[in-house]
Amino acid sequence: MSDATARAIAPPRRRSGPLRWLRRNLFSSPLDTALTLAALYGLYLTLPPLVQWAFIDADWVGTSRADCTSGGACWVFIATRLEQFLYGFYPAAEQWRVNLGFGLLVAVLAALSWRGLRRRWLAAALLLGYPVVAYLLFYGGALGLAVVPTHQWGGLMLTLVLAIVGIVLALPLGVLLALGRRSELPLIRAACITYIEVWRGVPLITVLFMASVMLPLFFPEEVTLDKLLRAMIGIVMFQAAYMAEVVRGGLQAIPKGQYEAAEALGLGYWQRMGLIVLPQALRLVIPGIVNTFIALFKDTTLVLIIGLFDLLGIVQQAFADPDWLGYSVEGYVFAGLLYWVFCFGMSRWSQRLERRLGQGR
Amino acid sequence: MMMKPRFMPWAAAILIAALAQTALADGTLATVKERGFLQCGVNTGLPGFSNADEKGSWTGLDVDLCRAVAAAVLGGADKVRFTPLTAKERLTAVQSGEVDLLARNTTWTMTRDTSLGVHFAGINYYDGQGFLVSKDLGVKSARELDGAAVCILAGTTTELNLADYFRTHGMTYEPVVFDTADQTARGFESERCDVLTSDQSQLYAQRLKLAAPDKAVVLPEIISKEPLGPVVRQGDDRWLNIVRWTLFALIEAEELGVTSGNVDAMRESRNPAIRRLLGLEGIKGSGLGLDEGWAYRAIEEVGNYGEIFARNVGEASPLKIERGLNRLWTDGGLHYAPPIR
Repeated sequence: MSDATARAIAPPRRRSGPLRWLRRNLFSSPLDTALTLAALYGLYLTLPPLVQWAFIDADWVGTSRADCTSGGACWVFIATRLEQFLYGFYPAAEQWRVNLGFGLLVAVLAALSWRGLRRRWLAAALLLGYPVVAYLLFYGGALGLAVVPTHQWGGLMLTLVLAIVGIVLALPLGVLLALGRRSELPLIRAACITYIEVWRGVPLITVLFMASVMLPLFFPEEVTLDKLLRAMIGIVMFQAAYMAEVVRGGLQAIPKGQYEAAEALGLGYWQRMGLIVLPQALRLVIPGIVNTFIALFKDTTLVLIIGLFDLLGIVQQAFADPDWLGYSVEGYVFAGLLYWVFCFGMSRWSQRLERRLGQGR
Repeated sequence: MMMKPRFMPWAAAILIAALAQTALADGTLATVKERGFLQCGVNTGLPGFSNADEKGSWTGLDVDLCRAVAAAVLGGADKVRFTPLTAKERLTAVQSGEVDLLARNTTWTMTRDTSLGVHFAGINYYDGQGFLVSKDLGVKSARELDGAAVCILAGTTTELNLADYFRTHGMTYEPVVFDTADQTARGFESERCDVLTSDQSQLYAQRLKLAAPDKAVVLPEIISKEPLGPVVRQGDDRWLNIVRWTLFALIEAEELGVTSGNVDAMRESRNPAIRRLLGLEGIKGSGLGLDEGWAYRAIEEVGNYGEIFARNVGEASPLKIERGLNRLWTDGGLHYAPPIR
């Protein structure tokens, strides 16, 4: 044993502190320096006018366009119509139902992600019970709640309803389709492949047009299927095809040994899939699933081409008010901000979910 | 649009089926009465014609026609359910019975009237393509626009009309094409073009979007005919008559000086034309299958044509559109109602 190993070595110089951080992350090479300076210059060009427009010169309080005099953003326009942007034409006296409905959803989601909730039946009850409660709250028609027909739904509420229904129904349908596509029964396999390829091959706009323009012509005149329902069915069918392909990616990544081991245990098909294969496969494809969800959330804006006022649609509709002509930028900024908040929220939630599910490994 | 070639044969086949169906169906009037409200198709948002206000109730020139029909038929201007429709779905919505009446700034053309299974019940707004210019330009007439840069919306008939107009008058222009009305207004404001062209009713809305609306002026010339009118399904003549004569009653009321304010006092009038309009004598509503108060209710709840115009697009609105062609025939305009007798 030599002395060298025992000799004390001076600790390395501390590699932290703001200056160090700057040098390491922003100015570590000439190229980095150039990029940093270019980015700073870009910010210098865009940020001050933006802040000036959005905050310093902006008008915040008032009731009409006469109150927007400072030349900056006119947030009065958003403020006076906020209720409409959030609830559409949902009657003011009934809006508590929407709030309660989405409040319950948050509660259910919180309960589901709570680790104490290990009881499957409780989770299942929440998942199956919530849609019924939500339907009763939003649409009404029972328990003394007045019916609010779907043509009065709109704004952020409609966007969320479309997205959530799409997400909740497209996932199980997609899983079934993915399993079907890998099935050994030729008939089921062919049916699933046809379904997936047909729906994936058609743009969502066309699907919505079909649902809104062509479908009513097939029905006798007395039958009018709710427009929102038609759009929902279209969206779910469409997204299920995409979801199926995402899930199939996960199924293919599971080693063959897992399938065989499950079979060797004497499990039936559904047990094999439900207990062994799917839990692993779905965990693998969480990023893909969330990606599809986020795309779906944003795709819901396409319903505005069939005259349904989702968040973007209702904001655009407000531009047509003769009293408020010319404030479209504010409207788009507001809508964009809301979309970003929701998409970013979904993305963070998926990352949390991934970390949690990944811990066991 | 993109699905046209693929779906055309389909659409035709379905259309024929739909037409066969409408012939069988009986009575929109009965359906509406039974339902208790009128289904009315309107624009998803067109300033002054159809838009929802802050409280979510629909207002506009087209919207008021729906309300007048509802008042005449059901006795309540609020007994309407508005279905916002895009340009592509509007006629299908009429054909399929999704709406009983379409009041959505739809131009009356021969193709639409004769081959799409719908009828136009009249004209509630005479529109046409016009020009918006900056006052600084000092132009008084569209004839002086030779060599101008013109802002247009892409893919509309306005583009074709513009080309025709300039060619007919031996003038040249430089098109500056945009995708949305908002962009067109911005392009005009940033002086990328000297002239903005669109339907005249829209020019006034476009002008309001400018930072200084007073600095722009709408030229008097109209270079195309865009008669906008309510549309109903083919095959129900009674319903067609109801919509048509409700519109006529509103126009006739203006001609006779009957307003929503004085309609009750006018019941005492000795003018036989007024008495016939208000259902006090003459044919009343029997030809339409309505009671005698049909026109009275429409005028009382919604107002006459002049009031509707002023409130939504005219001097009492932010748009301040000139009556122009939309004056009564007695004032040199085109609105002319056949006698109610």
